[in-house]
Amino acid sequence: MRHIVMGDEAVAQGALDAGISGVYAYPGTPSTEITEYIQKYKKEHHLDIHASWSTNEKTALEAALGMSYAGKRALVAMKHVGLNVAMDAFMNMAISGIHGGLVIAVADDPSMHSSQNEQDSRYLAHFAKIPIFEPSNQQEAYDGVRHAFNISEQLELPVLLRLVTRLAHSRSLVTFNVPDKQNEKSFIPNIDRFKMIPSKARPQYDKLVAKTQVLRSCAEESPFNQLSIGHDFSLGIVASGIAYNYLMENFEHNKCPYSVLKLSQYPLPYEQLKYLNDTCKQILVLEDGYPFIEEQLHDFFGNNNKVIGKLTRHLNRTGELNPDVVAKALGLKEIVNVEVPAFVQPRPPQLCEGCGHIDTFNALEEIQKIIGNKQIFGDIGCYALGALPPYNIISTLIDMGSSITMAKGAADAGVFPAIAIIGDSTFTHSGMTGLLDCVNDNAPVTIVISDNSAIAMTGGQDSSALAKLKNICLGLGVEPKHVRIMEPLPKNHEKNVALLKEEINYKGVSVIISQRACVRLPIDRKKIAKELSYV
Amino acid sequence: MTTNIILAGVGGQGVLTVASILDLACLNNGLFFKQSEVHGMSQRGGVVYSHVRISDDVIYSDIIPLGHADVILATEPMELLRYLPFLKKDGWLLTDSETFENIANYPQKERILDTIKTFPNHMIIDASEIAQKIGNAKASNLVMLGVVSNHIPIKERALRAAIKSLFDKKGDRVLELNLKAFDAGREYAMELV
Repeated sequence: MRHIVMGDEAVAQGALDAGISGVYAYPGTPSTEITEYIQKYKKEHHLDIHASWSTNEKTALEAALGMSYAGKRALVAMKHVGLNVAMDAFMNMAISGIHGGLVIAVADDPSMHSSQNEQDSRYLAHFAKIPIFEPSNQQEAYDGVRHAFNISEQLELPVLLRLVTRLAHSRSLVTFNVPDKQNEKSFIPNIDRFKMIPSKARPQYDKLVAKTQVLRSCAEESPFNQLSIGHDFSLGIVASGIAYNYLMENFEHNKCPYSVLKLSQYPLPYEQLKYLNDTCKQILVLEDGYPFIEEQLHDFFGNNNKVIGKLTRHLNRTGELNPDVVAKALGLKEIVNVEVPAFVQPRPPQLCEGCGHIDTFNALEEIQKIIGNKQIFGDIGCYALGALPPYNIISTLIDMGSSITMAKGAADAGVFPAIAIIGDSTFTHSGMTGLLDCVNDNAPVTIVISDNSAIAMTGGQDSSALAKLKNICLGLGVEPKHVRIMEPLPKNHEKNVALLKEEINYKGVSVIISQRACVRLPIDRKKIAKELSYV
Repeated sequence: MTTNIILAGVGGQGVLTVASILDLACLNNGLFFKQSEVHGMSQRGGVVYSHVRISDDVIYSDIIPLGHADVILATEPMELLRYLPFLKKDGWLLTDSETFENIANYPQKERILDTIKTFPNHMIIDASEIAQKIGNAKASNLVMLGVVSNHIPIKERALRAAIKSLFDKKGDRVLELNLKAFDAGREYAMELV
C-alpha cells in the first residue's frame, strides 16, 4: 500500500521500520516534522521508544550515542546549523565508532528559506570521514534511511542522511516495507574504543582513516548510486540527491542522451566517476548546495577544464537549484515567461496578532529611544522579526544564544547598557552558559527572556525551559533582586517600561523574564503555562 | 500527462488544506503526484504557496519549472501575480477577488484585478463572499477548490471523498459546510463557462 508522506515523514517512517529505539532532536525548519511524525506514531501505536525533544542538538546527538553504545538504534534529527552545535560529539563519535545503528538526519536549507545560512552538511560528514546518504525522492528517503542504519552497523560508523528543504517539505507516495524489530540491549566486548583518551584515540583514528577505502567500495557497490550510459559522449552528468530530479525533468520519457551518474551515497564512487571522465568530453555536476562534488572531481582528475558546474558559473553559485537553471546549464531552450508586475509587494512573515513579543518590543522601543538602536542584541526565534520594520528593535542575530554572549562582549568593550533579547527555549538551548559567563564577570548586561512557553517558530513544540527559567537564573548566580518578571500586555506597558529602565541602569547582570504564553498554543497548554508562570 | 498547479495565498487561508485534499484525491484516483510547499517562517499573514503536480506517470521535480503551470489558484489576488512566471501559455488564473491587505504598501486592488483581466484565461471569483453566504467565511479555500475542479484530471468523486476523509474528524457540521463550499465553487465556475 502506498502512503502520502513528505520527505521528513518518509525518513521518520523509515527509521521506525528500521527498528529505532529512540529519536533525539531539537526542532528546526525544515527538519522538525521528522520527530513530530515519530511522536505522533509512538502515541498512536503505543510504542516504547524515546521521542521527546532534547534541549539542543548536542544533547540530542550525545544521548543518541548513549543509546547506540547500549546496542540500540537511534535517529537524530536537526537542521543544518544544528549540526554546528553538535559538532564536538559528531567529530568524536566518528572516531570512537558506534554500536547500535546511528543515523543523523540533517536538513539543509539552500536558498535560506528559513535559515541564516545555507551551509552544506556534506562537508561536515566528509570532515568527520563518515558515509553520507542523500535521497533524491520520498521513496528513497524511506528506503535510504533503512539502508543507512544497516551500513551504520556494518561499518560501526554514524551515517549522515542529508535532506534539503525541497525534499523535506514535499509530499508524494511511498511504499512501506516490513518493519525490523528493535535491537536487544548489548555492549561490545571491548569498550576501549569509546574511551577517547589520546592513547586510545590515536589507534581509533588510524582505523577510521583506514576505513576510507571500505567506505568508498561500499559507495561503489551501493544500489543507490547508478551509472547509466548514454549515446552522446559530449557530456557526462553527475547528479546528486534532488538535483537528479531537476535533470530528468528536462527530458521527456526519461530519455537523457548523456551518461548520468545518479548519486545518493558518499564518499564519491571513484570508479564510476572515472568512467565518466574517461568517456565524456565534459562533466556537468548537478548538486544542491555547495560545489562539494565539483571540488572533489578537481582533486580526482586535476583541473582539466572538463568539469563544469557551480564553480564555472554554469549554475548559480548560491541558492538552490531548480529545473530551469539545470535546463540552462544543459544548453536547452529557455521558456520566455511572464514577469511579476513591479507593483507586487513582498509579504514578509509577521508576528501573530496579540503576540507577547510585540508588547515586549513595544516596551523595548521606549528604551531604544533613550539608548539608540545599536545596543539590543537579538537571537533566533519568532522575535527575530524584531530585526525588521515595524519594530527595528534588534541589531544583531547570529546564532542560537549569541544575544547574551554578544551583549557581554560588547559590555566588556564598554557598551552600556547592553541588552539581550532571547526566547525561553533558545535560552535553555544555548543561552545558559553565556549567562554564567556574565555572572562570573559581573558583566553589566540586561537580558530579556521573552518567554512564550514554547518553541513557537517551528510550530509550538514543548520548551525545555518551561517553569524553570527563574531557578536556572538564580542557580547560575544572578542576584535574586535582579531576576525580574513582567507580563507583556498592553495594559502593563508603563509598568514594564519602568522596570526595564531600572534594570538597564544596574551595573551588573540582570534578567527580565517577560512571560506570556504563545497565542498559537492550544488552550490546554496555555492553561498549563499560566499555572506555571511567575506572573 | 502532467498537470501542474500552483496554490497561492496568505498564511491562515487554508492553502495547504487544499493541497492535502488534492494529495488524498490523487491517492484515491491512483495518480502519481508531488506536492511541495514552503511555509517555514510564515506565521499567520506571510506568503504560503504549494506546487502540486499530478500525473499518470512518474514525476521527477518537486518544483514546477517556469512557464509550466496549467493553473495558478489563489486565495488572494496579489499572491496570484507573484507566481506569474510559472504560468504556461494559455494557463488558467483563478483567484478569490478579496484582497488581504496586511502590508502598508499594498497596491491598489483595481490595478491587481485589471492585470489579471489582461490574461485570456482567468476567473475572479467572490469566493469569500460565497463562503460567507453559506455560513463559513473560512471555507473560501474550498470554494476555490470547487472552481478549479474542472481544470484538473481528478474525478469529482475522488475530491469529495478526500474532503470527507480530511474533515471527518471535525464533525458533521464542518464537513457539510466544506462540501457545500466546494459545490458552490463548482456551480459558480460552470455558470461562468
